[in-house]
Amino acid sequence: MSRRTRWWQRALFYLPAAAVFLGVIALWEFTVHSGVLPPPSAIINALIENWSSGRWPLFIAARNTFVEAMLGLFIGSLLGVVAGAAVARWATARDAVLPIAIAANAIPIIAFAPIMNNWFGVLNPLSKAAIAAVLVFFPIFINVVRGLASVDPAAIELMRSYAVGEWTILRKVRIPVALPFFLTGLKVSTTLSLIGAIVAEYFGGSSDVIGRVVVQSASALRWDVSWAAILFGATTGILFYLAIAGAERLLIPWHASVRGDGST
Amino acid sequence: MSGPQSEQASVVRLTGVDKSFTGRGETLTTALSGIDLDIRRGEFVSLIGPSGCGKSTLLRIIGDLTQPTAGEVMVNGKPAAAARRGREYGIVFQAPVLFDWRRVDDNVRLPLELLGVGRAEREARAREMLALVELTEFARHYPYQLSGGMQQRVAIARALALEPALLLMDEPFGALDEMTRERMNSEVLRIWEKTGTTIVFVTHSIPEAVFLSSRVAVMSRRPGRITHTVEIDLPRPRGMETRENRRYFELVTEVRHQLRGGEADDDVTAGIDQIAAEDGIE
Repeated sequence: MSRRTRWWQRALFYLPAAAVFLGVIALWEFTVHSGVLPPPSAIINALIENWSSGRWPLFIAARNTFVEAMLGLFIGSLLGVVAGAAVARWATARDAVLPIAIAANAIPIIAFAPIMNNWFGVLNPLSKAAIAAVLVFFPIFINVVRGLASVDPAAIELMRSYAVGEWTILRKVRIPVALPFFLTGLKVSTTLSLIGAIVAEYFGGSSDVIGRVVVQSASALRWDVSWAAILFGATTGILFYLAIAGAERLLIPWHASVRGDGST
Repeated sequence: MSGPQSEQASVVRLTGVDKSFTGRGETLTTALSGIDLDIRRGEFVSLIGPSGCGKSTLLRIIGDLTQPTAGEVMVNGKPAAAARRGREYGIVFQAPVLFDWRRVDDNVRLPLELLGVGRAEREARAREMLALVELTEFARHYPYQLSGGMQQRVAIARALALEPALLLMDEPFGALDEMTRERMNSEVLRIWEKTGTTIVFVTHSIPEAVFLSSRVAVMSRRPGRITHTVEIDLPRPRGMETRENRRYFELVTEVRHQLRGGEADDDVTAGIDQIAAEDGIE
């Protein structure tokens, strides 16, 4: 089994998915003629017309939303890592806190969006970032705690045979072991941060953001613009995810999730 | 094979070592009792015994990874704790315990890095150790790209990187198939003869113990004690023909006999799980 597959083999692998995608787009284009769901060509048109001018400058809206999401991702990840590292340090704290965190993770945090809007001010982008941060916090926290705790006891014993301290064990063993867990949490969080930001925008705020554009254009019955905004949000989310997946390939090339050749 | 048997030449000296665990319900389980053992420089000593006899615990006591309840443990003429702090031994476990995120040579370099050895010397030493275990061409591979036997050889190279006076091996080939195990046995002998390192080797394989050792310490089940010591007077260097030697069979039979004689009743006491866990047995 060769570790490097040729480009055309890869292309061949993605061919069915691409065919299905294009087929659905074509079917959509030629069969659907409704106001609520305009054909793809109309959506693309709206996208081009409203790129950066007019009542709904989509590119600017997407950029603003992306900044909110990024800010939320950054704050949420930072808090998740710090809290995770603190809790993982003590087994009793871990056992006490982890079940609560997992339960909290099941709460539809989005429901807090109006409250956050009140706390931080509805016009303040920080109120959107705050919702994104809360959404991001839990998966990062849970993954960091699990990662730091999933060290092979024999590896710890090996390090003890070298008579090194806890700090060195953290640096040389626990952090590298936890890194793939953290990156898994981060991948999930890219999507969550965008969801958090956009849904928070639905509840009000400055108008040049994806969430507001969707709400306002929909109430103005400009469905083509709404869909163009959604397309923008979707693309941003996918690129965001791919960026982290790419970072994963660079940071943990040795990990089973990345090497993808099934060898042990 | 053993050199002059002077006092200073003693690499490991155990005197009256006891170890007991407090198991469930406060029952006290005696894992090791009255262990006396003197291992001279350059010796290859195997500890053999049934599962749960505490042989791995004994190895960990020598390595100062667990504390004896009573008795004295001297390594290289100093208390075990001081020897560990001085990085005077290398250890190989049943699993290779390689770090997945480090390439093979980076794994071998780990102890040198922790000791603050300079980069140039680290690289030279890693190269030398990989040559010793004959894995030079795999230096830049990741552990997952290696077979189990190769991974264990990397672990041996790592354990020898600090050129320790003592190498502790805890059933290092227990997880390998029989053919690979025999090859690894010859490999270990070659390395031992080349480096002159004293080796303490835990195993439950009689042929392995006889083939490798200059001396086999036979242990009994709970409470674990050394019931017999069998001198292995097979000629060296040992190779495939050793395993067909008449004397080899005699010694295998003798060790087996001693193991039978040392076997205690099969009563199950609380705390046995704990001892078995220490021994790395499911």
